[in-house]
Parts: sequence; structure tokens; C-alpha cells
Amino acid sequence: MADLITYREAIADGIAREMRLDPSVVCLGEDIGAAGGVFKSTQGLFEEFGPTRIWDTPISEQAIVGAAMGAAMTGMRPVAEIMFSDFLACCWDFIANEMPKVRYMTGGQVKVPMVVRTANGGGLGFGAQHSQAVENWALSVPGLVIAAPSTPSDVVGLMASAIRSDDPVLFFEHKALFATKGEPAPAGHVIPLGQANVVRTGSEITLVGLAWSMPIVLEAAELLAQQGISAEVIDLRTLVPLDAATVLSSVSKTSRILIVEENPFQGGWGGTLASIVADEGFYDLDAPVKRIAAASVPLAFATHLENELLPSVALTVETAVRMATS
Amino acid sequence: MAGSAVASPESLSGWYEQMLVIRGTEKAAFDLFMSGLVKGTTHLAAGHEAVAVGASAALEPDDYVWATYRGHHHAMARGLSAEACLGELMSKQTGSSQGKGGSMHMTYAPGNMMGSYAIIGSHLPMAVGSAWSSVLRQSGQVSVAFFGDGATNIGAFHEAINLAAVWRLPVIFVCENNLYMEYTPISSVTAVEHPAADRAGAYSLPRIVIDGNDVVVVRDEVAKAAAKARAGEGPSIIECLTYRHYGHSRTDPAKYRPEGELEQWLMRDPVKVLREHLAAAGVGEDEIGEIEQRAQHAVLAAIEAAKAAPLSDPAEAFTDVWADGGSQWRT
Ligand SMILES: Cc1ncc(C[n+]2csc(CCOP(=O)(O)OP(=O)(O)O)c2C)c(N)n1
Ligand SMILES: [Mg+2]
Repeated sequence: MADLITYREAIADGIAREMRLDPSVVCLGEDIGAAGGVFKSTQGLFEEFGPTRIWDTPISEQAIVGAAMGAAMTGMRPVAEIMFSDFLACCWDFIANEMPKVRYMTGGQVKVPMVVRTANGGGLGFGAQHSQAVENWALSVPGLVIAAPSTPSDVVGLMASAIRSDDPVLFFEHKALFATKGEPAPAGHVIPLGQANVVRTGSEITLVGLAWSMPIVLEAAELLAQQGISAEVIDLRTLVPLDAATVLSSVSKTSRILIVEENPFQGGWGGTLASIVADEGFYDLDAPVKRIAAASVPLAFATHLENELLPSVALTVETAVRMATS
Repeated sequence: MAGSAVASPESLSGWYEQMLVIRGTEKAAFDLFMSGLVKGTTHLAAGHEAVAVGASAALEPDDYVWATYRGHHHAMARGLSAEACLGELMSKQTGSSQGKGGSMHMTYAPGNMMGSYAIIGSHLPMAVGSAWSSVLRQSGQVSVAFFGDGATNIGAFHEAINLAAVWRLPVIFVCENNLYMEYTPISSVTAVEHPAADRAGAYSLPRIVIDGNDVVVVRDEVAKAAAKARAGEGPSIIECLTYRHYGHSRTDPAKYRPEGELEQWLMRDPVKVLREHLAAAGVGEDEIGEIEQRAQHAVLAAIEAAKAAPLSDPAEAFTDVWADGGSQWRT
């Protein structure tokens, strides 16, 4: 078995693989060059590709994403970094009004093949403005691909698809997963966008997670197995395209679904998935569709307070047991 | 072409015809709006034509151009036909975006006119990006972003110019200062007299204010900036003083203008100014009359063609969201 690599290393690896294949791939962002990124997730890129491919920018989120757009629309494949996903709010015009709409409002005359990578999510005690999981912000805007990998090899495989895509992609890298380890991706590893991963098969309940909630649902599934409950675990991997078919097919087998999401319950992505299951999978269901999400509260700094607000393994197990035994 | 200080009678005639076609198309847009054939909104550029035509005359065909929701003139100056423009306004299949864009998003990609953007300032970073792209591809292309005086007070303006200056990018920021935002004079909300030019110093760029109603002046200044950009010497900001003849949008009667202001500016109508240049260059009245006739016929034909064209197919509503041409977001 090859040495395990971290999720953090997989990010630079995934970008580097594409940069070696395609000279039109360039990176820009704050501190991504010589410094290797504030999370060290672009470490080694500057050394390998130099200042003509890896560009350090001023603290100008609008200019970063806007310039990436302009370059994408004129023949390049830029990969822009927004240091913390909370800062997407500083360039929300570009995320919500510009990137996803250019192809449509130009009647297909112009395309926007670009990636915005960003460090997402909580669990590290960074407080209310540096901890949010915001995939759901993007989910409210048609025209954006939304990827949120949970393992190192998924990071590489989805990065390849994201960079090669002719659509704009938001690529959420989870801060709490940076140090986690997994198998390195094989050479030429590509995961199609919109293909959920059935990580564990089971027959009595479907647990759906994304990024940070994957370790939670996987641990919960293990604990449920010890109690004799067989859980199927699905990693959505992308919210758009949404692989609803894989989820519906799982529910047709298990007849129960519990969605575990990191974002606040209010407006969370699980609501969209739940509505699809309630609508199209209703006659397969033996229990109400359930969601576990963060509390609808800004995230607190203190670990014990943050833990109060975020979903947990214990709550996932407890909820699943109730669903499976009722 | 770029660089020459004197404009030939042939160039002047060409620009005159182009300006008249744009002016005629804008008037047609207004009339069609009033008669209910154009829905939504329009922001007409009558009065601003010299900026578009003058800048375009200074550019190479593959240079990039970016505009605001007041952008019909910029798309047409880069090759969009009057028919495709009016067709888009009338939601026709012949429209430049089959009715998915409308007046505020006029685009002509075959001429590298990369679109019109209706969030103030948003296209300025994009123009920086296309300039960055041409440096990366070593293509020698210049990018031009046109914007209103109002855009100079939004963050994206400052972020864009700083980044362009730091990276010494081949981009030209052309402000069409028409004295007003929607209804409020720019002077009443801006800390400097010249909203674009007086900010240039903050980015180590020269302060440039020109007569935006004289196509030759605009052509010469943009040609200088383009030469500088192509020489790798970085961006320029050019503030063009101009005036819109219609109200801000739709049916705005522009009651906020002081009495006599419009009349004053009409005396400096860019079409009139260019006509004087033509006469001074020795182009006879007959020849000028012929150009005027030709332009008028072109616009009338475009109006008829746009009226006759079918509405775009309802299925167009679901095209061009994703790279596969469709709108499917889930399995
Ligand atoms: C970010 C943003 N804020 C406000 C508006 C509404 N708005 C549309 S046009 C306009 C005035 C813009 O004035 P200026 O930049 O001078 O351009 P002009 O219309 O004079 O060509 C405003 C405020 C907008 N479209 N975008
Ligand atoms: Mg104005």
C-alpha cells in the first residue's frame, strides 16, 4: 500500500496534475504563491510552476474572482482561491450574478471555465466569520457547479473534473479535513461531477453526508451496525449536479433517509434533497425524511459552544435508531 | 488605425456612418419601447456614440471590449448589427442572445465584445482578467472597459484598477462621464471633481480628461493608451466628458436636469461635431447626404427585419445554462 496523504496535500496535488497537463491552468489568490497558502494547501505549486502560473494578489476578493472570470472568458482556465469561504460574501456579486449567468445571458456566446476554491466550514474554533459551511449559499443560484470532497483522492478526482469543466465551479475544501489522511489518488484519477459515492452499503436506513459530515455519518454507521442496524452511507460529493438518482435508489431499498449537513438547518442544502425524496420517493418511505443540521445560530468560538451547535455522531446515531425502530 | 493623429476623410466618413446607425438604432429602440414592442427597460446611449466609435477605431479587431447595461453603442461599434440589437430588444430569435439577455446584456463575442453587465462596476475586474489573459497568452491584445461616472464610487472599480496597475496589465478604463448616475448628479456624491481621472493618481496613473463628444479626440487618446498597453507599460484611465440625450432609462423624462443643459450639450452633439470635421476635411454636402441616407436605410431595414422575425422559441428558456447547452442540474 502506498503511503497515505493528507487532504491538504491532495489539494496541491490535484491542482499540479492539471497544471502539468494544461498550460492554460493558472492560479491566483492571496498568499498562495511563495507562502504556499495560509492553509499550506498550495504548497509546492510556486516552486514547480513559478510566478507566471501562480499569482499572488492583493486582498481584493472582487478583483480575484472578477479577473479569473475575465481570463476564463478569454481562453484561460483560472483557479482562484478565496482564503475562507466566509469571504465569498465579499465577492458575492461575481459568484451569484456574474459567473453563473454569463453563458445564459449571452445566449451561449461566452463560457466561464473557472474554479473558485475556498476553505470551508467549522470545527476549528475560528468563530462566526471564519467557520461557516456555505455550500448552501451557492445552491440558491442556478448556474454554479458545487463540489465538496471528503477524502484526499476525491479532492484530486473532483479537482480534475472541476478544472476541466467548461462551467464555473465552486470547490469547497474543508478546513477540518485538511489534516485527515487517505489513499493517494491513482494516476489520471478523474471523478465525474454529479456522481455520488455509495461509501457503505446497507439495508435499513440511508445516511447522506457531504464533506465534513462524511466522517460523522461513517462513524455513526459503524455504531449502528454494532446495534444491529444496517445503514447505507452516501457521499454526495457535489451538490450541483445533484445525484438524486443514487439517493432515490438507495431509499427505495432502505425506506428511510437521514441527511446530515453542516450548514444551518434554516436554508440548508438538505432541504432541497429532502423535498426531492419526499416528492419522488414518498411511496418507498417507512419513516419521515429527517435532517440533522447546525443550529440556526452564528457559530461560536469556544469549542464546547461550537459543539453544541454542530451536528454530532451521537445525535446522528440516536436519530437513526429512532427512525429504524419506530 | 491606431497611432495616426490625422483622420482621413475615409475614416471620418466611416465613423460618421457608424455613429448614425447607432443613433438611429437608439431612436428606434426608444420608439419601439414607446409603442410597446420592446419590453423591460432600455438605457440608451444617444449622445455617447463618439466614445464607442472613437475607441473602437483605435483598437485592433481582436481587442476585448466590456460594457455596462448602457452598451448598445459598444456592441454595435464592435460589429453587432442593428438588426441583432433590435431583435434582442424585441425578444426575437434573431436577437443576439435569443431574448435571454436583452438591452442590458448586449454581447457580440465574434468581435470580442465580451458583454454588457448590469451590476455597476462588475465588468471592470473582468476586463482586468481578459488583459491578464492576453499577457499569459502573449497575444498582444488590449482590453477596454467602458463604465459610467457612477461606477467610480464602487469597490470593484478600485480593486480592478489597483490590480491592473500592480500587474501592469494592458487594460484601458474608459469612463463615460455624463454628469449623472440615474437621477442624481455625480458631483453631489463624489469627493473629487473628476470621478475617474482624479482617482488615477491613487494608482500612479496619469490624470486624463477629454472631450468625449469628439470622435477624433477619443480615437487619439485611446490609441495612445493602447500603444502604451501593448508596450507593456500598463493600464490607463480616460475620463470622457459626454451627455446622454434621453433620460436614464425607459421613459425617464429627466426632469432633474437644469433648464438649458440638454440644449447646451446638443450644440456639442457628437454627430454634429463629426459632421463639422467631415466638412473641414473637404467632404462635400452631397457625399455627407449620401452617408446619412445610407445609415437611415440601414436602420429602417433593421427595424423591419426585427419586426418580421419570429419570437424566440420558448425552448430557448432552457438552453445555455451549462456547457452541454441545457439546464439539467440533477439526475
Ligand atoms: C451595484 C449596483 N447598484 C445600483 C444599481 C442601480 N443603477 C443602475 S444604473 C445606475 C446609475 C449608474 O450611473 P453611471 O455609472 O453614471 O452610468 P450611466 O447610467 O450614467 O451611464 C444605478 C444606480 C446597479 N445596477 N448596480
Ligand atoms: Mg453617468
